[in-house]
Amino acid sequence: MIKLRVRYSRHGRVRFTSHRDTARIMERTFRKLRLPLVYSEGFSPRPKISFGLALSVGHESEAEYLDLDLVTPVDLEVLPQQLTAALPDGLSVEAVVPLEPGSTSLQQVITCCRWNIEILGAPPDVVTAAVAALVAAPERFLERERKGKSTVVDVRPAILELEVMGPTDGGVQLMAILATEVLSLRPSELVRTLGTELREGRVCRTHQWTNADGARIEPIPLRGTSDLQVDKADASLSDAARLAEVRAS
Amino acid sequence: MSSVWPQLEPWLAQVQKPARYIGCEDGAKAKAPDPALVSWLFTYPDAYEIGLPNQGLQILYEIINERPDARADRSYAPWIDLEAVMRAEEIPLFSVEHHTPANEFDVIAFNLSAELTYTNLVNCIDLAGIPIYSADRSLTDALVMVGGHCTFNPEPIADFVDVVVLGDGEEVVGEITDAIMSWRSTGSSERRELLRTIARVEGCYVPSFYSPRYSDDGQFLGLDALVADLPEYIEKRTIADLAEWPYPKEQLTPLTEVVHDRLNVEVFRGCTRGCRFCQAGMITRPVRERPAEQVRTMVRNGLERTGYDEVSLTSLSTADFSGIAPTVTGIMDDAEAAGCGQVSVSLPSLRVDAFGVDIAAQLQKAKRSGLTFAPEAGTWRMRQIINKLIREEDLYEAVDAAYSQGWQRVKLYFLIGLPSETDEDTLGIAELAKNCVAIGRKHNKRASVTVSIGGFVPKPFTPFQWFGQNTAPELQRKINLLRDATRRMHGVNLKWHDPKATLAEGLASRGDRRMAAVIEDVWRHGGTFQEWTEFFEVDRWLDALERAGLTVEDVVYRHRTEQEALPWDQLSAGLHKDFLWTDWEDALAEVGLPDCRWTPCYDCGACTGYGIEHVVASATPPAGGSQGTGQDLSSGNAVPVQLLERSR
Repeated sequence: MIKLRVRYSRHGRVRFTSHRDTARIMERTFRKLRLPLVYSEGFSPRPKISFGLALSVGHESEAEYLDLDLVTPVDLEVLPQQLTAALPDGLSVEAVVPLEPGSTSLQQVITCCRWNIEILGAPPDVVTAAVAALVAAPERFLERERKGKSTVVDVRPAILELEVMGPTDGGVQLMAILATEVLSLRPSELVRTLGTELREGRVCRTHQWTNADGARIEPIPLRGTSDLQVDKADASLSDAARLAEVRAS
Repeated sequence: MSSVWPQLEPWLAQVQKPARYIGCEDGAKAKAPDPALVSWLFTYPDAYEIGLPNQGLQILYEIINERPDARADRSYAPWIDLEAVMRAEEIPLFSVEHHTPANEFDVIAFNLSAELTYTNLVNCIDLAGIPIYSADRSLTDALVMVGGHCTFNPEPIADFVDVVVLGDGEEVVGEITDAIMSWRSTGSSERRELLRTIARVEGCYVPSFYSPRYSDDGQFLGLDALVADLPEYIEKRTIADLAEWPYPKEQLTPLTEVVHDRLNVEVFRGCTRGCRFCQAGMITRPVRERPAEQVRTMVRNGLERTGYDEVSLTSLSTADFSGIAPTVTGIMDDAEAAGCGQVSVSLPSLRVDAFGVDIAAQLQKAKRSGLTFAPEAGTWRMRQIINKLIREEDLYEAVDAAYSQGWQRVKLYFLIGLPSETDEDTLGIAELAKNCVAIGRKHNKRASVTVSIGGFVPKPFTPFQWFGQNTAPELQRKINLLRDATRRMHGVNLKWHDPKATLAEGLASRGDRRMAAVIEDVWRHGGTFQEWTEFFEVDRWLDALERAGLTVEDVVYRHRTEQEALPWDQLSAGLHKDFLWTDWEDALAEVGLPDCRWTPCYDCGACTGYGIEHVVASATPPAGGSQGTGQDLSSGNAVPVQLLERSR
């Protein structure tokens, strides 16, 4: 048996599917390609696929991950293109790598994510001021609901980096690095923390990182991207994203 | 053609399940808008997750898109949250492929599979920006067409639609396309001329060419033709051979969760079991089987193309398919050989008399899905009246087979409110359920039965079309009887359909054109998505009925007489009206009728009238035999039959 880790992106119309939808789409696609999936035992056997952090309905991503088990090895060289061709427009597999047996699950290894977040609902100077105030604040309390329970939490520690990147059509582009553990913060919660009159526009996850002795490491780095520093050009949609947009329109 | 996508997109993140509105399904056609083509918008007037799997809609969508002179998109009723956005932002109803406004199509064709979607039909027409009454439309408005089982009594919605299409759609959609093309080539700018052209296509009914007549005391007397040269009756369309129509070839695989989320392959159309309550069985005659080899090919290609791991072999009674057991085995062998992994086969609409250990064993090889049987009535007397001649022993053998093969829960469907039903018949349901649980507990201590109770709604073109529906309080009383009877039965779970919704369905099923005012009224008072319990309010219907000067008594509860005109008399499903009346009298006399697939023809009219025949591969009825012939009720015995040739 072999374990694989898949990195994929999600752009365009298909961003309106849910995490569960994506899981179903992936599973069907693996079967379409006749990948030798490993099935669970029991009454209702399911293929062994584990998904990383959920991506909200409507959000795009350059860096989504899943792990899957296969009975026999497959050609990893051609697999990404084969998968992309079989997936709906907007879902693209960027890379597939073999995993060491006993590797930690995706949910456990990710410590933070980098996001491009478009802010709507206020002029750029208002947004810039709100960002500056939040970055300067030692603490910031937010009422939020998790699992049906409402609590007031200091979310400031989950905001690792926050920066205004520039204007968009009708909004302001932010770059945020948000923790996923111990305390996690979602982009929608960040927007609410910045101001109740603000709305989120396009949101795209550009990186998921693990922590290796203080350095941020991607589970699967792509060629041409650097783990440790973030290229400012990255803040706009990537070529792949623009292509997906064109295809969908 | 334009697109509403730029207006729509910013709102999608704020509505529930926005994947309903993005299209992008595997199998979707993206034939570019082109004014030279005849454009169809196939619309299901309920939520995407209910409408997308509809096979009829998918078949016609493919057939139209295969034509060089036509194209088709699809549309579904937007959920109420998006509807609010659309009304506020002035976004019209749109297609999911190109987000083209609905009124830019030549034809908006609705699939009507359930009467309670009628208010959604009106809402969709209105959202398209088209006047809801056909009389108010102009040349620039799309033609509003309807097809599907409900259209066998289109009178309640007749004023809202331009054209009603009866029966199988495979051939007629092409003929309508031709008719539109030929009208275009004349350079006519008369909508009425277009309708006249379409009215000449067999199976097409243009309601505005007829006017209803009523007696002074408000009784429906019939329809008067307003235009010369109309056919005497509008006959339904029937395709002679299903083998010629292997559709859908590319079943749509949605990105988001829908009902029946699996591969569906239709194994035969039509049913001649002759269950007297069943409209589908009456209006889709004769039986036309798909060749087993074609079924296997369609399943194999479908699984490989979609990646589904479940296939449903659909029909009105799948266990009647000739050689069903080897077909299921073949499907599983094919899937394994093709490396598709473990595939489960589900057989909906299983008759208990045809379900044995062999089929049970086949089905449980892969993932085990739910198992549902429909004995329909609790006593043999009642089952004779409805002509569903399955014996108690048949049911017990079937559930025994199921539990012995590892099923823990079996679902049983029953109807209440059937003609001449007594409390003894109703309580017979509880008795059957109790005995089924006892059988199950021999195999599994936690065996249970879910009993699902529906209120019977008499439907047009059935022997029960003259029967006065049980009142809502009467149905509720029967439900209470069953609830009390099953309360202490361990392992019996009772579920029932709201009798008030059954009442509303009755209004829409057998009403005449005066129901249009009621449907409009319910819609104007916010009554959309009436199939959804959370949106259904019976008072909206009752108040609307009162405002229209109609009564529940007259439309729903009253028994019809042999002489009186029925609102659907202008239409024909091939069935002779005197055949239906004789069958109604036989029902009341508790006399069964054999399945004509394996016994001599009794001339219901469906074959003889259209010069077509059954297409059945096996001369031998499945286990359980051909019902009603006396000698064949013991499982598995063959009866003498006339073998009918394939039509081609």
